Amino acid sequence: MEHRSLTIGHLFPDLLNLYGDRGNILTLQNRLLWRGFGVETVTFEKDTPLSFEGLDLVFLGGGSDREQLLVCQQLHRYREELAKFVESGGVLVAVCSGYQLLGRTFQSHGEIIEGLSLLDIYTEEGENRFIGNVVITTEIMGTPLQIVGFENHSGRTYIGNHAPFGQVISGSGNNGADGTCGVVYKNVLGTYLHGPLLPKNPQLADYLLQQAFMRKYGEPVGLISLHDRAEQEAHAYALNRFLHQS
Amino acid sequence: MRIRLILAIWACKIGISLSRLLGKKGTSMPGQLALKICPEVLSLLSKQVTKEIIVVCGTNGKTTTNNLIASFLRAQGMQVVCNELGANMIWGVCCAFAEKADILGRLKADFACLEIDEASAVKVFPHVKPNLMVITNLFRDQLDRYGEIDTTVDLLRQALALSPETKLLLNGDDPLVAQFGEKTDRICYFMAVDEDTGAEVDDIKEGRFCVFCGEPLQYAYYHYSQLGKFHCNSCGYGRRQPDFRVFNVQQSQGLSFVLEHNEKQEEFSVCYRGFYNIYNIALSYGATTLVLGKSFDYQQVLANYKPQIGRMEEFIVGKPVILNLAKNPAGFNQAISTVLCDEREKDLLLAVNDYAGDGKDISWIWDVDFERLHQGNIRNLIVTGIRADDLMLRLKHAGFSEDRQIKCSNLEEATQRLVSGEAAVCYALVNYTVVFSMQTILKEMEGK
Repeated sequence: MEHRSLTIGHLFPDLLNLYGDRGNILTLQNRLLWRGFGVETVTFEKDTPLSFEGLDLVFLGGGSDREQLLVCQQLHRYREELAKFVESGGVLVAVCSGYQLLGRTFQSHGEIIEGLSLLDIYTEEGENRFIGNVVITTEIMGTPLQIVGFENHSGRTYIGNHAPFGQVISGSGNNGADGTCGVVYKNVLGTYLHGPLLPKNPQLADYLLQQAFMRKYGEPVGLISLHDRAEQEAHAYALNRFLHQS
Repeated sequence: MRIRLILAIWACKIGISLSRLLGKKGTSMPGQLALKICPEVLSLLSKQVTKEIIVVCGTNGKTTTNNLIASFLRAQGMQVVCNELGANMIWGVCCAFAEKADILGRLKADFACLEIDEASAVKVFPHVKPNLMVITNLFRDQLDRYGEIDTTVDLLRQALALSPETKLLLNGDDPLVAQFGEKTDRICYFMAVDEDTGAEVDDIKEGRFCVFCGEPLQYAYYHYSQLGKFHCNSCGYGRRQPDFRVFNVQQSQGLSFVLEHNEKQEEFSVCYRGFYNIYNIALSYGATTLVLGKSFDYQQVLANYKPQIGRMEEFIVGKPVILNLAKNPAGFNQAISTVLCDEREKDLLLAVNDYAGDGKDISWIWDVDFERLHQGNIRNLIVTGIRADDLMLRLKHAGFSEDRQIKCSNLEEATQRLVSGEAAVCYALVNYTVVFSMQTILKEMEGK
């Protein structure tokens, strides 16, 4: 009987829920359940008290500009706790609007907004939106792995000296100029990739789970391989079709 | 000016005929051409409408609502311009007018019924000043094309600002739509389903917070998505007393309800299902009543009305096969509700494409509550469309293992597989570009 379990914190699903981000939570939950681990998901909605105590993995999704500002206000109150969570190796996945919030500043309708400054990155507003399917290569798991997703953003994010999540093979990524996509810092993963990100990239999902287990139990947990036929087929389809798109 | 108008109309008419000859349903090219030749073509033609111009906007139900209004008016002996086939951008509207005009640029029309894409209204309203605008609902749809729902609301506001005289008929149950009736001098009418229909709380994605003050909305009851009797405890925004009030809703067999307007009650009963059809019917009845200035005989039209292509459209291929368009989470969730209302054992086909007409971004399938299909008495679950792999993965996470699903690589094979099952009835829920091909296939099968 497996007793180990993880607790997922889903931040503001009532505000940040664009682009099927629910699929990321489902993937994390199911990949634990399918292996017999326990999982609890705690959702924190607007104006409810937020605590990172006991959370192993935190997810921050994408939303509209208006919703992003609301979340920004809410999170500023918990900045120190979130920073503590990040510095102690907590797994934080932030997509799109959530990703932008992690930096020093981002822009909303021309106005510069102060972000959470968890990472030394910043975002400017671009004129046109980057919309389309994306393929990147990431080496955060050691060996190179291709990740598929979908992006839809006008923000141009510059990650400075931070390491990127991956290099763009097809699509625009952080800013359409430097070939990077997303950012990694300790166990923080920030990215513009929706799709949603995790269902079609199960190895990435497993990597994040393993990092969370490592932090919680101080040692790696054996993640048995799953019957990932649907995952592999969906990944292969996207790769074949979008790898060489013009 | 006259010459250019005539040339534009000719070009448009020839273009429409040519594209029909080529078997295309698209009507954007001829409209583009006409507007190039004579940029005033739309305003010159729409000014010739003798009575009123009605525009229908909203995420779901536009085509059905608009076509029903046109049918009601035609049954009253009126001449009506209508973009029937749902070509709802400025070019499609242009084609509808040009097609109805004669070769000298004269238009004989009492009314115009125009379905207009939410993002296109702001382009159409400089040329066409509607007397009445109906807004059916606002849901998230094709984020890669329309952007966030806030953007859609902004665009509609901009369009309305161009036409201050336009009256509004609003879905009063939808807090995102009803906001257009607040803080304005404009004449506004509201339609609402004024009773608890026993729907369980859906996962509300949009409009959960008050559009005026940002506080969470409270609900006396829900119908679906964000639709229901809402109220904001903080600023007082809430559902208005409806001018068109629906009650006594029955959904067990077909659909029936009572609609009250100006203290007069009318009974409605149709043989097709789908709770959302209440809004389509009540709004089209309401719009027609408003522009005619009186009640009218709707029974015959409603009885003869055939749902649009793939709107719960029924085919008989040895047994009933019901085809339904489902192109965004709200539409899909409503389609699933309709399937669940049917207790018979059924075979189900699901299909998703990602062509331009569908939207390139298919992440919305993760916002559809496929989990509910477990209660659907479903025998075979067939998955197809060019994004079948993504759909299969979504369904896997909804608890339908790979072995439980039948994947078909092409639509003919999938449809064949669907109709050859053992179940008493078949349903096909498919998105935009699939619906037309599937209709053709089913018609052919039905003919054999």
